[in-house]
Amino acid sequence: MTDLTRMSATELAGRIKSGEVSAVEVAQAHLDRIEAVDPRVHAFLHVDREGALAAAARVDSGEVSGPLAGVPVAVKDVIATKGIPTTAASKILEGWRPPYSATIVERLQRAGTVMLGKTNMDEFAMGSSTEYSAYGPTNNPWDLGRIPGGSGGGSAAAIAAYEAPLAIGTDTGGSIRQPGAVTGTVGAKPTYGGTSRYGLIAFSSSLDTPGPCARTVEDAALLHSVIAGHDPRDSTSIPQPVPDVVGAARLGATGDLTGVKLGVVKEFVGDGSEPGVMAAFRDSLEALVKLGAEVVEVSCAHFQYALPAYYLIAPSECSSNLARFDGVRYGLRVGDDGNRSLEEVMSLTRDAGFGPEVKRRIILGTYALSSGYYDAYYGQAQKVRTLITRDFQTAFEQVDVLVSPTTPFVAFPFGSRTSDPYQMYLADLFTIPTNLYGGPAISVPCGLSEGLPVGFQIMAPTMADDRMYRVAAALESAVGTFTPPAL
Amino acid sequence: MAAISREEVAHLARLSRLAVTEQELDQFASQLDVILQSVARVGEVAADDIPPTSHSVPLTNVYRDDVPLPCLTQEEALSGAPDAFEGRFRVPRILDEEV
Amino acid sequence: MTYEDVLAKYEPVIGLETHVELGTRTKMFCGCKTDFGAEPNTQVCPVCLALPGSLPVANRAGIEATIRIGLALNCDIASWCRMARKNYFYPDMPKNYQISQYDEPLCTDGYVDVELDGKQYRIGIERVHLEEDTGKSLHVGGATGRIHGATESLVDYNRAGIPLVEIVTKPVPGVGALAPEVARAYVTELRDIIRSLGVSDVRMEQGSLRCDVNTSLNLPGEEWGTRTETKNVNSLRSVERAVRSEIIRQAAILDDGGRIMQETRHFQEDTGATRSGRSKETATDYRYFPEPDLVPIAPDPAWVQELKASLPERPSSKRAHLREEWGISALDMQSVANAGAVELIEETIAAGASPAGARKWWMGELARRANEQGIELAAVGATPAQVAALQKLVEDGKLNDKLARAVLEGVVSGEGDPAQVMSARGLGIVSDTGALAAAVDEAIAANPDIAAKIRDGKVAAAGALVGAVMKTTRGQADAKTVRDLILSTLGVS
Repeated sequence: MTDLTRMSATELAGRIKSGEVSAVEVAQAHLDRIEAVDPRVHAFLHVDREGALAAAARVDSGEVSGPLAGVPVAVKDVIATKGIPTTAASKILEGWRPPYSATIVERLQRAGTVMLGKTNMDEFAMGSSTEYSAYGPTNNPWDLGRIPGGSGGGSAAAIAAYEAPLAIGTDTGGSIRQPGAVTGTVGAKPTYGGTSRYGLIAFSSSLDTPGPCARTVEDAALLHSVIAGHDPRDSTSIPQPVPDVVGAARLGATGDLTGVKLGVVKEFVGDGSEPGVMAAFRDSLEALVKLGAEVVEVSCAHFQYALPAYYLIAPSECSSNLARFDGVRYGLRVGDDGNRSLEEVMSLTRDAGFGPEVKRRIILGTYALSSGYYDAYYGQAQKVRTLITRDFQTAFEQVDVLVSPTTPFVAFPFGSRTSDPYQMYLADLFTIPTNLYGGPAISVPCGLSEGLPVGFQIMAPTMADDRMYRVAAALESAVGTFTPPAL
Repeated sequence: MAAISREEVAHLARLSRLAVTEQELDQFASQLDVILQSVARVGEVAADDIPPTSHSVPLTNVYRDDVPLPCLTQEEALSGAPDAFEGRFRVPRILDEEV
Repeated sequence: MTYEDVLAKYEPVIGLETHVELGTRTKMFCGCKTDFGAEPNTQVCPVCLALPGSLPVANRAGIEATIRIGLALNCDIASWCRMARKNYFYPDMPKNYQISQYDEPLCTDGYVDVELDGKQYRIGIERVHLEEDTGKSLHVGGATGRIHGATESLVDYNRAGIPLVEIVTKPVPGVGALAPEVARAYVTELRDIIRSLGVSDVRMEQGSLRCDVNTSLNLPGEEWGTRTETKNVNSLRSVERAVRSEIIRQAAILDDGGRIMQETRHFQEDTGATRSGRSKETATDYRYFPEPDLVPIAPDPAWVQELKASLPERPSSKRAHLREEWGISALDMQSVANAGAVELIEETIAAGASPAGARKWWMGELARRANEQGIELAAVGATPAQVAALQKLVEDGKLNDKLARAVLEGVVSGEGDPAQVMSARGLGIVSDTGALAAAVDEAIAANPDIAAKIRDGKVAAAGALVGAVMKTTRGQADAKTVRDLILSTLGVS
């Protein structure tokens, strides 16, 4: 039998349904793979052997069924899973077992997927390399001395290392897409509000979006369709039905993009990217033109302000969202010696429990919201957000989707961007604008540069998630998928 | 735009209940200074008559009915508590009177 | 300086900030129940416990109640507004921010008219907005159960997330010496209006109506002075006392050449004075920003119109026609309103009593008790149904006035309904004619001289014999019946 861990989710689902292979066998194969390679990759913070096998057994007995029944999935550790440790890769939540599960986790369970465990990430989803995890970084399967991207490096690496065919990530400024790009996997950010945030440990509430990670576009679309949809427990959840992303992916796979207009964002194809990244990007454009697409250059003049606006909005919201971690109701408590006041214990707890990047952003956010500074910083950033939204809307009057490289550089070596935080922020240069707008975007592997994967980003108008899947599937049909060297 | 001083960082850390060390203070002050100068670019955009965007979804009036929903048991509620006593969360002595 | 001296020299300006706890079945942002008295932390969920990953969803009933309150206070209702986060750390506030409203309140710019001694005062309403309540802490280890001196605190989040409506008045100048009374009258009227809407119990003694009072003094013609905020004002009487005491305190400082500190003070029930709390010299920076987890509130104008059209009758106009129904003077009605007795009397009449009968008890014996104990009339321990029953017993001749007062004492002490107390304590009027006749015979036999006088026609002398029978029956006889019986026994008509 061909290696089960090399199969796509679509294929696995089909074989389990036909009875060719059992869900337990599939689960076991992936658990074995994790045991074999994760000591070197470190994609997982927690592996739930028993839970996974039990869930697989329920599929085999016919108790649960669905389009992804029996398919293993890994979940980023920022999402609440009842009874299973959920830490957001922070010391402040070490060992915390939530008494409830996120809506998307419940949907994954009802669909019959088999959760293998929780994946590593930058602490509280703040970072672009997973180096800020309090439990050690994840190593890129393409080169173990390099970062797997962030904040969702664990989910992407697990996919790339064949530890799981599917994973859930969350994208606030690029945290699904950029890891996808540097690990040669598919990572999609749905329209904001398209996937429920109930149970997602909040980083930046107006930007956070859970989404699918996979090795193929169709797999990502399948996972997207299972987790997306209105949730009454999330007030910002979109009430409209989920677009037919699976249909769109299958349509795109036929390789015909006649009449589709691709807008190349002028501001993102300048000198900011590594030459190898730009070369792979341009080759992909040519491939898409061969499939019938038309390439148009569009200017989005305010995109240059997206990064600074994001690094005001996100820290501001997170400074408030993280205030609840105070050692009172859950998580770490430090310094409670019977003499100290609550205020002291809270401060000691938070200083011990949060890493440096989290602390920087809390302080920055507190500053940006302070009276006297609000208008110049947070207030101004929200206005920039309006201007960026208008840029997108204007662009989408001319083209169907916008395209750019996903990230300016391929996977960089550990430690090369941690001494200057702003250098790390630059990794999100091309992914951030669509978060501010709220639109969907996807990263598809499109080539290699010096042996390392390059990602191609496709951005669509809000609610038009299907459009990006179609173009992504078409590109995939032209360039194929990319396999990392054996681990 | 003004750079951020060490004192301001210390004040902000107190406001956010972060007992930063002296070393962290030095480090953060210089790092935040760089970051702030970069993000201050948002001020370059003339945006006086531009309305701010707080939500990217065009939704309004999302409500639930005034009907009880299942809640947690006391045990579940206290399950993560660092310290609990007779059904309540126990905390060390509070200094400040409520605002 | 006496109060009169102070008011001769200074002009007070007052302002009031009131919090109303809504009586919705569930909390404002989650579906937890709001029942009173539940075991700690049994009416909580991921949302109101602020577990990581939880999200708020607004309770429609809370929004509706806030709009109705705003309409009843003659406010403009916002066509579009947002909730905001008010950020500060406090253990009974689980998110360490409160979902509230900042620069976009749901209702603005209204007014409440109050009447005092025939004069009308219009209190401007600055804003009415919606927010959530905090949990409750028990402070352990200190002497008084307060924070000061406590070694630890125990927190219960059952109350966290219950909807609160905050009502802020515009500053109220020009009330002069009547400032304390106007403040009290405003809170009373506000309470009556809100109660008539059915959105809250508004009981100050239970915490569903909380009041902070702001006071400042200035010399005539000068700018308003620095104001202080007084909290812990737990009854209507305390509202009045707090304003009065703050005026006197501030005048003393100003007269001395001192400066008033902008601060929060706490009202002390026992002394009637205010004590310094925290200094508000450097105001807390709450770093408000629009709540990203909740979408804007844009009340449908047609819905608002419907709510406005279906507002219940204003308490003041209701009082006007009740006054006519009951046939009492405006001044008497004012007293009834001030005593907080309007609805109680109304309900007593609904339970079968006459207006005069109902008023007699609530404005007489029960009001006296309430004042003595310093409590609200509604909390005095008798229900309208019980009062109606008591009055009926009197009208049916089963109790006289004196006995009825004794029965009432039993009722407010919690011994039960009037009929129960009457029988348990053996307080009913003796109607057994045999026993009564025996008592009459006894009295006649013991007072032969008086009996002779009566036989001779001096009917008035019967009074003394009535007294004797009343003594024998321990007052449990109807005086008129006794007198008639004495006369008939002696053969006199």
